[in-house]
Formats: sequence, C-alpha cells, structure tokens
Amino acid sequence: MKRREFIALPAKSLGGLLVYTLAGIPIRLMAQEGTVRLPLRFFKATEATAIAAACERIFPSDESGPGAKEAGVIIYIDRQLAGPFGRDRYRYTKAPFVESVPEHGYQGKANPQEIYRDGLRQLGEDFADLDAAKQDERLRAIESTAFFRMLSTHTIEGMFSDPMHGGNAGRIGWQLIGYPGPLMSYRDEIDKNYGQPWRRKPLSLEQVIGRPVKGWEDERD
Amino acid sequence: MERLKPVDMVIVGGGWTGLLMATEITTRTSLSVVVLERGGAARAPAEYAAQMDELDYNIRLRLMQNIADETITHRHSNGERAVPVRQYGSFHPGTGVGGAGEHWGGVSNRFLPELFILDTYLRRKYGFAKLPENLAVQDWGVTYEELEPYYWRAEQMMGVGGKAGNLGGKLIEGGNTLEGPRSHEYPNPPHRMSYLMSLFQKASLDLGYHPYPIPTATLSQAYTNPDGITRPACLCCGYCSRYGCMIGAKAQPSTTLMPLLANKKNFTLRTGSWVRRVMHRDRKAEGVSYIDSSGKEILQPAEVVVLSSWTLNNARLLLLSGIGDPYDPTAGKGSLGKNLTHQVSHGVHLFFDKPLNNFMGAGGLGLGIGDFEGDPGPDVAPGVMAGGAIRVTSGGEGPISSFGRVPPGETKSKWGSEWKKVALNWYDRAGEIMAEAAHLAYRQNCMDLDPTYTDKFGDPLLRLTLDWTEHEKRQAAFITKIEVSLGKAMGAKIGGIARGVRDHYDVTYYQSTHVQGGVIMGASPERSVVNPWLQHWRVPNLWVTGGSAFPQNGSGNPTLTILAATYRAADAFVGRYVKKPGALA
Repeated sequence: MKRREFIALPAKSLGGLLVYTLAGIPIRLMAQEGTVRLPLRFFKATEATAIAAACERIFPSDESGPGAKEAGVIIYIDRQLAGPFGRDRYRYTKAPFVESVPEHGYQGKANPQEIYRDGLRQLGEDFADLDAAKQDERLRAIESTAFFRMLSTHTIEGMFSDPMHGGNAGRIGWQLIGYPGPLMSYRDEIDKNYGQPWRRKPLSLEQVIGRPVKGWEDERD
Repeated sequence: MERLKPVDMVIVGGGWTGLLMATEITTRTSLSVVVLERGGAARAPAEYAAQMDELDYNIRLRLMQNIADETITHRHSNGERAVPVRQYGSFHPGTGVGGAGEHWGGVSNRFLPELFILDTYLRRKYGFAKLPENLAVQDWGVTYEELEPYYWRAEQMMGVGGKAGNLGGKLIEGGNTLEGPRSHEYPNPPHRMSYLMSLFQKASLDLGYHPYPIPTATLSQAYTNPDGITRPACLCCGYCSRYGCMIGAKAQPSTTLMPLLANKKNFTLRTGSWVRRVMHRDRKAEGVSYIDSSGKEILQPAEVVVLSSWTLNNARLLLLSGIGDPYDPTAGKGSLGKNLTHQVSHGVHLFFDKPLNNFMGAGGLGLGIGDFEGDPGPDVAPGVMAGGAIRVTSGGEGPISSFGRVPPGETKSKWGSEWKKVALNWYDRAGEIMAEAAHLAYRQNCMDLDPTYTDKFGDPLLRLTLDWTEHEKRQAAFITKIEVSLGKAMGAKIGGIARGVRDHYDVTYYQSTHVQGGVIMGASPERSVVNPWLQHWRVPNLWVTGGSAFPQNGSGNPTLTILAATYRAADAFVGRYVKKPGALA
C-alpha cells in the first residue's frame, strides 16, 4: 500500500485566524501557534513543500497581508490535481496533438498532473531550501512555461475560492480583499453605498446555505 | 437498434427553443411530443443555491457541455488545418434541461429593424461596390414588424424589465429612443441602479448620448406571466451568468416552461439521450436515432422532427444526416453551413478612484446607449456598417476572476510582493465598458465536418472556419474610441482592451455565447436552409429553431430574437401546418 504523504502547515491556516478587512486595509491578528499535519492526495510531501514555497513567492505573506501559506493554497492545488481537473476529465484529449497558433491555446497532450510533475523538475529538488531571491530567480526563468501560468492561476484560485476547495482557509483571502462571500441578497444595497466600500465579515457557501457542499474534486466521477 | 413507438413530434434538445416549441405544441394541440436532451434533468433553484461557487461554475464551467465528449475544431481560413478547441474559451454551450437558457445573463434586447433586411438596406445605402469584400449578409425573410408581436410574447413570458423608448413611434426619454417601435411598454420596470451604472448614466448624458436600462429577464419585481407562472424579484446576488438562479428570478426554461410541461400527458422528456442522426427518406424525416444513458442505440420514429440543439449542433446534425447541400465557400454553392457569425464583443478596462462593490449585481443589470448600435453612417465612422450596444453592466464579479486587474504601468510583474500590493490596491475598483456589436456575414466564414477529429461516439466534429476581417477591426477601433471617451467622462483611468477583436479570431478567451448561422432562414430555398417559419425548405416535416437561423448577428444579445422566431414558428405550425402538413412557403 502506498504510504500516505502529509504536509505540515501553520495552524492558523486551518481557519482559526481572524483577519478582518474593511475597505481593503488588512488587519493582522495573532494566530495560533504550532503546525498541523494534513494528508496529501496527489503530491509527495517533498513535492508539496516545493510547490508551497513557489506559491508563497507568487502570493507572499508580507506587509500587505497574508498570502498563499496562510490560505493553504497548496491544499487547494493538491486536491484539484487529484480530482477530475488534474486528470483532464473535462478537456478534449483526442489525438492528433499538433502545435498551432497562439489563438488556439494549449494544444498539448500533458494533463495538469503531468504539467506539475514536469514543473517540479524545473523548480529543482532544492527549491524549498533556497532563499527568497534565489527562488524568485528560478521562477522568473520559467515564467513563460505552461506550468508557471498554471501555478500562478492556481495560486490566485487557492487564495480566493470557497474554502470547500481546500484553500482560502478561514476565508482569509476573502477577508484580505473584502469579498463577503455568496451572501444571496444585495437587493437593498445595490443602489446605495455609491463609491463607499460595502464590507462584511465573509461567509462561506456552507455557512450561507446551512448545509455542507462538496466541490467537484470531491465528487465521484 | 431498438425501435420505439412512433410519436407525432420529436424535438432534439431541451433548451429554450426546444422546450418553448414543446410548450406551444402540447398546450395548443393534442399531438404527442417527445423531447430528447443529452444532458441531465432540470435543476431546482435550491440546487442552484448550492452552486454559488465561482471556482466550479464560473471557472471550471460545470454547467456547460463536457468538452471531453464533443468539441468543435477551428481554423482561420480555408486550406488551413483545423485544431480542436480543447478547453472552453470564446463561447460556452450549455447542457441539461434548460441548456444555455439556465446559465445565461438575462439580457433581453430586441434587434434593430434594419438587421432583418440588412442586405437590402446596405445595398440601397452604399451600393454594392462600397460594401466590404466577400460580404454575405442576407435578408431574414421576416421583418421586425412581423416579429414584433412575438417579441412581445417572449417579453411577457420572461417578465422582461426595462423602459420603452419608442412606443408605436412615440419617442420616450429614458428608454432606448433608437430602438424599433414597440407595441407595449415592458412588462416590468427597470432594475435599481448600481454605482457603476450611475457613473455611466451621467457621463453618457454629458456627452449627448441616450442612456437606457438594459432590458433584462432577471425580474425587477415579483411577476406572474400570462402562463400563470409566478417568480420572485431578483436579489442582485451576483451569481447569474454561468450559474442557474438560486430563487428562480432569472427567466430560465426550468422555471418558466418546465412547470407548464411537467403535467402534460402528451409530453415526454428523455434526458441522457444523445441524438446522432435524423432518419430521412424521399424528402421526409422519419425520426431520429440516439444513444440513451445506458449506451443503447434507439430509434424514435416521428411525424415531425424539430432540431433545437443550439446553433452548432443543429448544423452538425444536418451535416451528419446528409440533409441539404453542404456549403462550398470556394464555389459559393450550397447553403448548409454558411453565414457563420459570432459577435464583436469589444471593450476596455476602466479603473476608478472609489470602490464599486462589484460583487453585487445581476447578469443583465446595466445601462447602454443606442447611439451607435446600427449603421453609424459614413460621417460618423467611415467604413463601419454595423455598430454595437455600448454598455456597462454590474453582472456580479467573483473574487478570483476580478483579482489582479491593475492599470497599465503600475507593476512590471504579474506575481510577487509588489504585484500583490498593487493588485490589492485596485481590487474592486476595476470595471469594463463593453460593446456587443453586430458581426456581419462573409463568404469565407462557415462550418462543415472536420476530416480528422471525432466525438466520443466517433462522429466527425463540426469545423468552424472563422476570422475577423478589416471591417471588424474598424468596428473595434471605432467602438474603442467611444468607449474611451465615455470612460474618461466617468472619471476613470483607461486600461487595455477587454475581450475584444485582436488580429485574429481567438478561441482562448470568452467573447460571448452568441454564435449564429449555419442553418440560416431566408426567403429563397437557394440561399437559405429554412424558410421564414424555420421549416426546412426541402424536408417540410423538419424544423430547425435557434440562432442557427440568423443570416448575420445583430447588435446586443440574441436570446429574445431566438424566442420570438420560435413563437412565430410554433404559431405557423399550429395554425397552418397541423391543418395541412406540407411546405408553408
């Protein structure tokens, strides 16, 4: 049997952190200490550490607010890759695969799982151990690759998608930007607050509708 | 192949037009109607509430057809090798009961009267020599005036909210005074106005334009339609286009038509039914063959066959079934597959000082100006013969898709600390001013079957040959100029082109789902596939509904026109065909 792989993340990325933003101003509160081990679905632990480090350079935790680390973006990516998206269940994958003009988009055969495995080779085994400047240098060198485009897109998705998908832990990404979540009704707000930020403590879809919701990656296909 | 009991009518596709046809026929006649839908069953609003998730629905596009099963191929010109569209980009075909009518945005404008007689209009005004090269626009065989009563029926059915600008020739300020004459005021008033809309309203008035509320099928108030269907007012939740409505406020086939059909004894709906061929002999359709959800091959004989399977699949089914003359762009012969059009969806990014609360809204919540919708005329825009509806909408923006829009020059990188800071600063202060402009038809833009790629059953994919011409580039440049002046008058910083016409047609980014043509309607059997009642010229017991019938695409959104043409077809079927089956024209 395959050995289960885990990643250790800061405890605050499990939803305990209360960062509440009004009008785009991030307020950092003290988080819990310690780390938590989370089971991985696709990556090996070393791979997850490298990808997490790259995500952290793309959307860093810095003076402008929390980043990929606190949001648990790596968990989001791991689950997407293990699910139907990672295996290209929703892309036309019949041969022949031929190169074409840029207006035809990605025409390759490799699925997202394979693109990530290839990207990990480009990052190098030592990526997580490098200092930030060295990491940035390596990322800049692969900026135009399909892998990097996917990684940066997925980092943003992991920051701002509903927490059911594994990222945006504790709705920290939504708090950072002042997005209130799928609140159902703005009927009484739409024609008010002209030019004024309307910000509320965000709620997840599960909190709004009062029952558990599964992402596509958690459904059997 | 299992052969089922014959029925009076089989309809392929359970979207807007298939279910509208089914509703009209089963309500007004005792004919037995079977609808075959290859997707799943209708979803209830409560189910849609659990789908208010940007990632799965706006980005992974869960309501759309699974492109792994079937896609289209594309090439820019005849002679090039086409490649498959491997992931969705420029348009989003729907699936399941309701089809794209579930995930549309609800914009419900009429087309301008001149669009229906565009060939006559342009030739009369400019003369043949001054028209763009290879122009292939045609008259529809139906006029705006003939369609007007059916527009009104469609508006009532959906409860469209708006403000009339031309009531029987009387111009009314605040409405679209440049639209065709209407017989009635809209069934519902316009929506409330967002901040972005208020900026656009003031700017367009300052510049001397005529702003009007975009007519929309997301209800501005609770409404009961003439069929007795009651729906609640829209809550502006922002989960609209690409989602189903969580309360039924947006007109969708599942909430406006299915309740009428559900208890009809002469109506049968079979989901999971993938139609592959129309069976026919001696200019008579005999039924359709399909694969059911268990993989079994089934023959459904029928007296009448209706194709309502969206623009591209309508054309593909006819090509696969060998019905009609495939179009040959080199010889200019044949009619099936010609006049493929999309839309000149062209806009610019705007950046504001103050936040917009852009997560609030509804698909069709917006304001437009009608000033540049039709032919702008050579004095206003030389060489541009079709304009567009220039608009802002507060459609409800999700945080993933709206994060990262920053004015040009603010940051070099698209990642890292500096970029993050800038992106956070501009979040919720970025908007778009957009035009849904007409797309003229050209001889070279067309569809046929791909010689290489196939769907999951091994049937050839549809191949689109489509590219922009100099006319679309002139349209885009002209529209950009107007949009930039409006944007500046709104007090915004101007960003780059949003969506838009670039050098070549691009399948990688969303433009609109308004893909038209291929099975076009017209007044002559030589130049069109279906007659003005959407009946096949050569096979009178075969009818083809939807945007496939458009000889060219208009300014604005097509759904209302598609529904109006379907109501008119159903009227002709019930009033004339049932009494005397045969060719109506």
